[in-house]
Amino acid sequence: MITTQDLTKRYGKVEAVREVSLDVREGDRYGLLGPNGSGKSTLVRMLLGLVYATSGSISVLGEAVPRHVGRVLPQIGALIEEPAAYPHLSGRANLRLLDAAGPSTPHGSRRTRRRRVDDALEQVGLAGIDRRPVRAYSLGMRQRLGLAAALVRRPRLLILDEPTNGLDPRGIRDIRDLLISLNASGVTVFLSSHLLPEVSALCTRVGVLDSGALVLQEQLASLQAPTGRVLVSTDDPERAVAALDGLVEHRDGADLVVRFPDAAALNARLVAAGVPVRSLLVQRRSLEEIVLNVTGSGSDQFGAPATPDASTP
Amino acid sequence: MIAVELLKLSRRARTWFSVALMCALPLVVAIFIAVTHLAPPPGQGSAFLSAVLDDGQLYPAAALALVLPVFLPVAVAVVAGDSIAGEASAGTLRYLLARPVGRTRLLVAKLVAVITFTLIAVIAVTVTSYATGVLILGPSRAAAVGAPPGGLSGSITPGGGGAPTAGLQPGAAITSLSGTPLTTLHLAERVLGAMSFITVSMLGVAAIAIFLSTLTDSALGAALGALATLVGSEILVTLNAASTVQPYLPTRYWLAWIDFFRQPIFWRNIERGFGIQAVYVLVFLGAAWANFATRDITT
Repeated sequence: MITTQDLTKRYGKVEAVREVSLDVREGDRYGLLGPNGSGKSTLVRMLLGLVYATSGSISVLGEAVPRHVGRVLPQIGALIEEPAAYPHLSGRANLRLLDAAGPSTPHGSRRTRRRRVDDALEQVGLAGIDRRPVRAYSLGMRQRLGLAAALVRRPRLLILDEPTNGLDPRGIRDIRDLLISLNASGVTVFLSSHLLPEVSALCTRVGVLDSGALVLQEQLASLQAPTGRVLVSTDDPERAVAALDGLVEHRDGADLVVRFPDAAALNARLVAAGVPVRSLLVQRRSLEEIVLNVTGSGSDQFGAPATPDASTP
Repeated sequence: MIAVELLKLSRRARTWFSVALMCALPLVVAIFIAVTHLAPPPGQGSAFLSAVLDDGQLYPAAALALVLPVFLPVAVAVVAGDSIAGEASAGTLRYLLARPVGRTRLLVAKLVAVITFTLIAVIAVTVTSYATGVLILGPSRAAAVGAPPGGLSGSITPGGGGAPTAGLQPGAAITSLSGTPLTTLHLAERVLGAMSFITVSMLGVAAIAIFLSTLTDSALGAALGALATLVGSEILVTLNAASTVQPYLPTRYWLAWIDFFRQPIFWRNIERGFGIQAVYVLVFLGAAWANFATRDITT
C-alpha cells in the first residue's frame, strides 16, 4: 500500500527524514513510532504530496507520489497533525465543504453526499452535533471532526497523524475500536504516534523513526515473541525453586522468573512437585523496551544527526 | 472548487461587512451634501461630486470615485491576501490539498472568488448610490455636469488628449464631461463601462496580494504588502521625477474610467489601463503559481 525507497528530506543542512524505506502492506494496522521531532510529520506530508522529497521515491496504492497524487489521494483519508476547520462554520458545514472541494467529478448525488457526511459524523460519535460553530468545540470534538473528515470519502487507506491527540480515555477507546472495525472491513490504517501503549494496543506492525531514520520495522507479534521466560507467582516459592533446580533466574518474594520455553510443561512440572501455582505468564518484551532499545537520546531535537551505524534490521 | 470558494466567501461575515462599509461611505457623503447643499466646487474634491446636487442620477459615478482610492483596494487586498495565507495559518490548506484539490485549481478558484467579491462590491456601491442619489439628492434638475476636477484632468489626459471641458449647459438632462448631452441609456452604458474598468483595475492589486499570500502564512502581511505597493505606486504617479516609470505603475490609469463619461468616450487611457492590469495579473499570478505549485506545505 505504501512503499518508500531511501526517502530523504533535507531542509537546508538539516535532514528531517533520512533514507527511509517504508513498507506498509494491505490490511496492516501500521504504527509509526518516534519521539517528537523525529520526522514523523514530514514523512506523512511527503506521502500525501504536501512536502516534496529531496531524494528517494514514494509509491502509494501502486502510484508514484507526488506525480500521480491526484489519483491516489481520493482513496485516502488523512489527518495531518492537528485537525483544522473553518471556525465560523458548523462541523457538518465544514465536512460538506471539504467533501465538495474534492476532485471535479462529484461522487454521487447531493443526497448520497449528504448521507456520507452524516455517516462519517456518526462513525466518530458526533451524530448529535448541532449547528454550533466549530470554534465552540472542545479539543476532543475537533479531533473527532478531523477523523470524520478523513472518513467521508470511505477511503481504502487511512493516514493518521496522532489520531487520538486530545481525546479522553473513553474517546481514545472509541477511536481504537473504530479503527479496528474499519481495518476488519478492509481499510489499511497507517498512523503515527509517540504514544507507545496506543500503538501496542492497536497496531499489527510497527516502524520506529529516530532522528529521521527508520531504525526498526517489524510485525508487532514477532517483536513481542516470547523471550523463553515464564513469570510464575506461587504461595510456596521455596518449594518451586527446589523443584526447578537452577532454572529460576530471578526471585522477588513470591514471584519467580523461570527460564523455560513451554509454560504448559512448566505448569505440569510445578503441579507434580506439589507447588501451588497462583499465576503463570509467558514473558514478552514490552514495546517500550523495544523502542527505547533502538532509539537514541535525540528526542525533541529536530533533525539531530542519528548515530551513523543505525540501520534497519 | 470555484463553487466551494464562492460559498466560503459568502459565509464570511467579513465579506458583507466590507461591502456594507463601502456602500455606507457614499451614503454618508450624500447625506452631508443633501443637508448642507455644499457640494465641492467644480475642479475640487472627488470626481463628479460637484455635479451631484444638480443630478442625483450621476451619484453612482461620484460614489465609485469615493471608494476607489482607499476602500475598494483595501477590501480587495484583504480578501486576496487572505486567500492562501489564511488557509495556511488556519491549517485548512493541507486538508484542501489532500482532498485533493490541485494547487493550480485552488489558485484559480481563489482568483475567481476575489474577482467576484470585487464585482459584488462595485455593483453594490453603484446600486445603493443610485438609490441614494435619486432619493436623497433628487433627480435631474436640468443642469449639467461641471468640468472634471482640475486635479484629475492633468493626469487623465496627458498632452491634452482631446477631452475639452465644458461648463454648465442648461437644458440638457444629463451632460457628459465634454458638455454634450447624454441620454439615460448612454449614461447606463457608461456606468457599466466604468464598473467593469474599476473591477479590472483591482485585478492588479488582487494578483499582487495573491502572490504575496503564497509567500507568507500571514494574511495580514500579504494584504499590507499589496497595499504598500499601491501606496508606493500612488506616490510615484504624482512624482514628476519618476515620469519614466509612470506608464508601468499599477495605479497609473486607475482614474481613466472617468473617460467613459466624455463624449465621445476617450478610449486611449482606458485601453492602457486594461493593458497594464493584464500585465500585472499575468506576471504576479504566474509568480504565485510558480511559487505555490513547488512549495512545501508545512503549515
